[in-house]
Amino acid sequence: MSDAALAGTLDRSAAAAQARGIAGSGIGFDGVTVAYKGQVVLERLTLDVAPGEIMAVIGPSGSGKTTALRAVAGFVRPVAGRVRIGETDVTDLPPHARDIGMVVQNYALFPHMRVSENVAFGLRARRAAESLVRQQIESCLAMVGMAEYAARFPRQLSGGQQQRVAIARALAIRPRVLLLDEPLSALDAQIRRAMLGELARLHRELPSLTVLYVTHDQTEALTLADRIAIMRDGRLVAEGPSQHLYRRPPNRFAAEFLGRANLLPVALEAGASEGVLTRVRLGETVLRCMAPGVPLPGGRALLCVRPHALTLAADGTAENALPATVRAVEWQGDSHSIDLETAGAPIRMTCAPLRDPPPPGTDVRLHFPADEATLIPADAE
Amino acid sequence: MPSDLALPARAAPRETGGAWILPPLLVLGALFFYPLALIVGQSFTSESGVVTPRTYAAVLGGALFRNALLHTVEIALAATAGCILLGFTLALILTFVPFPGARIVARLVDTIIALPTFLVALAFTFIYGSAGLLNGALMQATGSHVPPLDFLYSAWGVILAEITVYTPFIMRPLLASFSLIETAQIEVASSLGAGAGRIIRQIILPAAMPALLAGGSLCLLLTVNEFGIVFFIGAKGVITLPLLVYDKAIQEFDYTTACVIAVVNIALSLALYALYRTLLGRLGGARAGMV
Repeated sequence: MSDAALAGTLDRSAAAAQARGIAGSGIGFDGVTVAYKGQVVLERLTLDVAPGEIMAVIGPSGSGKTTALRAVAGFVRPVAGRVRIGETDVTDLPPHARDIGMVVQNYALFPHMRVSENVAFGLRARRAAESLVRQQIESCLAMVGMAEYAARFPRQLSGGQQQRVAIARALAIRPRVLLLDEPLSALDAQIRRAMLGELARLHRELPSLTVLYVTHDQTEALTLADRIAIMRDGRLVAEGPSQHLYRRPPNRFAAEFLGRANLLPVALEAGASEGVLTRVRLGETVLRCMAPGVPLPGGRALLCVRPHALTLAADGTAENALPATVRAVEWQGDSHSIDLETAGAPIRMTCAPLRDPPPPGTDVRLHFPADEATLIPADAE
Repeated sequence: MPSDLALPARAAPRETGGAWILPPLLVLGALFFYPLALIVGQSFTSESGVVTPRTYAAVLGGALFRNALLHTVEIALAATAGCILLGFTLALILTFVPFPGARIVARLVDTIIALPTFLVALAFTFIYGSAGLLNGALMQATGSHVPPLDFLYSAWGVILAEITVYTPFIMRPLLASFSLIETAQIEVASSLGAGAGRIIRQIILPAAMPALLAGGSLCLLLTVNEFGIVFFIGAKGVITLPLLVYDKAIQEFDYTTACVIAVVNIALSLALYALYRTLLGRLGGARAGMV
């Protein structure tokens, strides 16, 4: 299929999907607690996903992120709290009555059914008219670029193709919300990147579709999500718009889980507030950074600076110039990663490949813009 | 590297493949093919030692044989159907409806497989027989002098006993097959709007079909050839082919007739096995590597 033809098909599919009114319902967790055999695995989760939003829920294994998704799907029953889809309280509804589309890590395609039968499964389960079933098979497979594979069995498809079919199957029933549980983790890096682009494109085609995206991969979350929720030990530890959460993490765990972070122990300078900015001291150096959004007990804090926000300071740079000693230099193809030490603390910078990187043992000065550094409480994670 | 330092070429392995086939062939020949050949040979030999197919005509045309063949097939089919229905339901519950003790129950299934078949027939006699526990209790409760339950000494008694004995042969492969079904498939099907019935029909049953066919065919073969249960229950008028072979050979010393019936019984078993292989091939057994 040519690019123009493909684009035309996508446009038609998108328009059809919009006309069919896919979704537009948000998701709400109101103090949801889930326990298995008395052990709490999700604790008082309160979170709202706006209609049409992609919310990524990330966290390490056992953090409760998949449990949260399963609570929306109806596969686990909360011991406390309510789950909403749109305005409907679905806590007591069985999974088949919740109007959700779901895509899981291993695709879970039905192996004895052809691609078209997989896509039609949900519609036939809902006793849709056969004409609508045929129309939906065609449009949903076209939407994910799999129209030519309708007659194949899942075993005849690659991992990426299987994932596309799984997405088409989930969208075919016109779900109110789409639940994605680690949908790309079984794919290799190259296909994963391509599928991320596909998912982003799909959401542009279906902007009213609400997506709850569970992953442990922060790159997927940052690439795709409008907002990110970070879970740890069954609790929500941070939540906010993706860029904001990345640049202004509220705590140490969020800072370290969402990308690499330099966390430098600093002391607040007395009377240092300058509106949105403030001054802190690291060793003998006074630095300017974003003022904290929360009280910092004892005037101690961690200064969070992302490695790519650091640069080697040009001579004469006075503000936010941090003396440091190079410990190691790694060339990573499209970047250089330099490990340094400043005021007894390790610090890392990443930058575009340098023609003459400073050798280990060299004393340099690092610079970062004040609005690229944020303070987080030192005693809390 | 100088050529004289090169390692000597490895000696070609000796051709010993043919010799390894001999021991199993000898064992098979002594224990299976020779007795089978004797039976087939005897079935074509008259009392005077003449080779003739006349006994076949006489036996196959007789009402006793036709009756036994009919009973054999009827009982085997009914028992197998019962085993499939009960085995599928029980395996489904044990796998997908979690309850305390489910694992223990699944383990108990294996112990039934280990029991001799006549033991179940004996137990049935104690429970459902005319002087059994159940009839005794019912007679006491109702004041009746006639046992209210009178099914054990009929074809139904045989079928019930065979279902009890052979259901685990269906359950065992089904439990293994069910454990391989991804929970995610069932969950996704459920999220797409499928209820329990549709999930069983369209997701679980197709996945379990090779195991169901394997267990079902094994069950069919075993019930066709079942002797102990039929003999022990001693149901009136219920003569099956194996029982007829016993009657002719042991009670009437009519070995030629017994061998003719045995050959038919073997042919019936092989035909059922061939049918099973064909069905398995058509229903996805080839994909599962079972054909």
